[in-house]
Amino acid sequence: MMSFLKSLPSNFGRWRFLVMGLSILLISACSERRSSFLDPGGPIAAAQRAHLIEVVAWTMIAILPVFILVPMLLWRYRYKNRKARYTPNWEFSGWLDLVMWGVPFIIIAVLSTLLIRSTHALDPYKPIASEQPPLAVQVVGLDWKWLFVYPDLGIATVNELAIPTDTSVALDLTSDTVMQSFIVPALAGQIYVMAGMRTKLHVLADEPGTFEGENVQFTGVGFTDQKFETLAMSPEDFAAWSARVKKDGVVLDAATYGRLAAASTGRQAHETFGSAQMPDGVIYFGQVKPGLFDSIIHRYMQGTPVPTAEQPGATGYVPPTAPRGDSQ
Amino acid sequence: MTHDQMTTWLFGRLDISSLAILPAIRNPSTSEFIAAGAAIIVIVGGIGAVLLITWLGAWRTLWRDWLTSTDHKRIGIMYIVLALVMMTRGVLEAGVMRTQQAFGLGGGFLTPEHFAELFTTHGTIMIFFVAMPLIAGIVNYIVPLQIGARDMSFPVMNQISLGLTTTGAVLLMLSLLFGQFSTGTWSSYPPYTGIDFQPGPGPDYWIWTIVFSGIGTTMSGINFAVTIHKERAPGMTLFKMPLFCWTVICTSIIMIFALPPLTVAALMLAADRYMDFHFFTNDLGGNMMNFVNLFWLFGHPEVYLLVIPAYGVFSETIATFSGKRLYGYTSLVFATMAIAVLSFCVWLHHFFTMGQSANVNIAFGIASMLIAVPTGVKVYDWMATMFRGRIRMTVPMIYAIGFFYLFVIGGLTGVILANPTITYQVHNTLFLVAHFHNVIIPGVVFGLLSGYHYWFPKAFGFRLHEGWGRAVALLWIFGFSFAFLPLYVVGFMGMARRTANYTDPSYQPMMWLALFGAALIVSAVFSILIQLWVSIRNRAALAAPVGDPWNGRTLEWSVSSPPPAYNFAVIPQVETRDDFADAKTSGRAYADAERYEDIEMPNNTAIGLTICVLTTILGMALIFYIWWLAILSGALVLIAFIGRTYILDNTHTIPGAEVAAGHKAWLAQVRAASPITRDAETSTANRGLARLELPEFTGAAE
Repeated sequence: MMSFLKSLPSNFGRWRFLVMGLSILLISACSERRSSFLDPGGPIAAAQRAHLIEVVAWTMIAILPVFILVPMLLWRYRYKNRKARYTPNWEFSGWLDLVMWGVPFIIIAVLSTLLIRSTHALDPYKPIASEQPPLAVQVVGLDWKWLFVYPDLGIATVNELAIPTDTSVALDLTSDTVMQSFIVPALAGQIYVMAGMRTKLHVLADEPGTFEGENVQFTGVGFTDQKFETLAMSPEDFAAWSARVKKDGVVLDAATYGRLAAASTGRQAHETFGSAQMPDGVIYFGQVKPGLFDSIIHRYMQGTPVPTAEQPGATGYVPPTAPRGDSQ
Repeated sequence: MTHDQMTTWLFGRLDISSLAILPAIRNPSTSEFIAAGAAIIVIVGGIGAVLLITWLGAWRTLWRDWLTSTDHKRIGIMYIVLALVMMTRGVLEAGVMRTQQAFGLGGGFLTPEHFAELFTTHGTIMIFFVAMPLIAGIVNYIVPLQIGARDMSFPVMNQISLGLTTTGAVLLMLSLLFGQFSTGTWSSYPPYTGIDFQPGPGPDYWIWTIVFSGIGTTMSGINFAVTIHKERAPGMTLFKMPLFCWTVICTSIIMIFALPPLTVAALMLAADRYMDFHFFTNDLGGNMMNFVNLFWLFGHPEVYLLVIPAYGVFSETIATFSGKRLYGYTSLVFATMAIAVLSFCVWLHHFFTMGQSANVNIAFGIASMLIAVPTGVKVYDWMATMFRGRIRMTVPMIYAIGFFYLFVIGGLTGVILANPTITYQVHNTLFLVAHFHNVIIPGVVFGLLSGYHYWFPKAFGFRLHEGWGRAVALLWIFGFSFAFLPLYVVGFMGMARRTANYTDPSYQPMMWLALFGAALIVSAVFSILIQLWVSIRNRAALAAPVGDPWNGRTLEWSVSSPPPAYNFAVIPQVETRDDFADAKTSGRAYADAERYEDIEMPNNTAIGLTICVLTTILGMALIFYIWWLAILSGALVLIAFIGRTYILDNTHTIPGAEVAAGHKAWLAQVRAASPITRDAETSTANRGLARLELPEFTGAAE
């Protein structure tokens, strides 16, 4: 796959330069938080950008003639121009038809080949080649925030996804409410998350940075607040980060999860569960109930009804009562 | 029974708090004032229309000539009026949304809830109650005239189709007054629209709007297809039909096969919501993916349902205004059919991101890109039609030029989106919003508006004002460009669609450009109304009663404008493709007939209106859980349908002498008119008789 990724930009070096210029122009206003695949932070987004350029370039073969010929035809054959030939009954030319059908067909054949190669190469379910061991993260889409569980580290966060650079991060995703769509544009494309189902996505950041992630599927009034930061950092920084989460974090047990899952934005949830040690709008959990992610998926798959009162995000959801002394 | 129980029994969940105006009084805010304003516009508009009709003393005419008419021409015009009314609402909503996003950096003036309701109604209205009725209207008006028929195959069913479409539109309008419409987007994905997450009446409004108008559209499709297959004039083989009729066949196929999945999906969602079924719920084995598949099994053919007739209009106007035969007729027929068939094979590209395997995405991605081939062929065929023609830059040609440039950009972004790897990135962003507006506005809207301008003189006997027409076309072209091309940029920057507000200041300049474009489009829509007003005022000067103002090529131009109720005094004998153009050169046109036969025409009926009123009541009863009324109105719908079958005397006869008198009077008008050349076609000299300008007459060498 890497050879494919490398082969893409070289074919269109000049185009690549142009688009990079454009991307820098577009992104300059928000350079700290990168939120576009035109300013990629990893190989997948970079390959997606390269593929975009290729598709545009090939399609131009069919499009530019329209742009150029239409004004020429209009001028040459304007009503007032009596010098132009007028053939009111001419209606067919075999050669012309061959070109009209043939050229677009060849372009599409070429694009189809590229499509097959890139779709396999950039399949979100496929781990990304890297020398570091992969990191597993479980993602739960809630109304209107993201819960990230690190099963191997026993920690979890809300609205902050930290990952070590040059490491293939294997995301398993589900939703505990309506369908959402998870994306970190600068790293990789989106994938839907649905209740009772597991989808997968792999991301890899090849440089440290802050990449915006969000839900792009409309889910109600808090939808525009469902954003998070992906912090790509060196493995050493990542270890320090996870130690900090472990130290500063609160406990995520079934009851806490039940209250967390109720419809609220990250900021609102931070006020309930967070502390001053946690960044704004972010929650750290230093201890996570094992098997939480699987239990979230399987709850919908028991063959028994899940009443409205037990469906987070539903208007009739009744969260578990808070233990005494807690603020909620 | 207590008082409360009685009220609930009588009114279901419709109570005083359902009134949409109340929140503006209880909780005054800009957002609520806009909602209340919309409700007031509906009320004032309704009362105003009633007063106007009363003042004009037009109730009897309205009833006899329009509401109970089975004439395909009048039904067609009513569809178009419905579409223009709904377009005004849809465009104003778009204007409010664009304003919100222009000011949406960190807030704005609309609540997220209100914004969500706006994009839901905007999408639903524009697809189902603007584009579809415009198409149904133009097809209804033009197809029987183009194929030399006197009416549709099923004139009564035609009226019922209009009635059911109107039901959907009325429900949408009522949602401004009672309760509120869905916030679940026009595609209404569950489980968001399920009873657990949206217990209010919103999704129910969506369901019944879609179900009633969907059934109406399916029936329209059957009617169009049967009419074209069975009612063609003698001599008109399929390959001698005008290309527009071919596009209508393709669209009818899509209407017949693509609308039922939507109707069924909406009914399954209704079963979930009303009867505790679990088709699409999160629990008990429900799977929302099934809804998504069914919806797009309709949704993708739908966009071709919309754009294919527009291709048909461009095929007619570009040939006519280039003074030439259409290039590559057979090629265009095959290309259109290929698009219609392929349109059923690509629905999955609307959810490449749902987690299926790479090979599934590849199959649908390639199928989607393949559609670009026949579409490209069409564009080049139209360019070849202009080649060696004599092109007049009339209003339909301005639309065609806008179409060439902008639609091709939409095609480019379509090819981009057909690639799963790129869709992973730009799906659900404003890039996608820009793309589908880019095919629907320059494709469908430009096509249909150019058709409106082109065929208006046929329907009313006078041309539309040319200057205002040019203004409208240019406002649309530039309005579209400013409103939507910037959205591609913010889409690339990662801005999600359907966002009421945002925090990234770099989006804002593009949002301001888009607002400017939206303002131009709003002016375009109001200019359409002004153009209509100005043209009606000047109708004497613009009159073209002889019937052929554009030197047309097909049969609809061979009759008077407006045509008589029976369309053709004598059913034409078709000899060639572009038969009227051939008839004019060979001298067959405007011939007197040897004898005129009696003509049997369908009677008026009120069944369409009855069904419309009853299904509207049924819809409101279901939405607000008023069960007694639902049962009553449902039963009445059935009784109306069954009762109608007992009426056996359904036609009346127009005597041959009356037909002869009408035809001879018109022929006298033809003989008295002076033929005009094409450079005078937009002047007041144009009474609808064309002077032939073949090469031998113009002096140019062939």
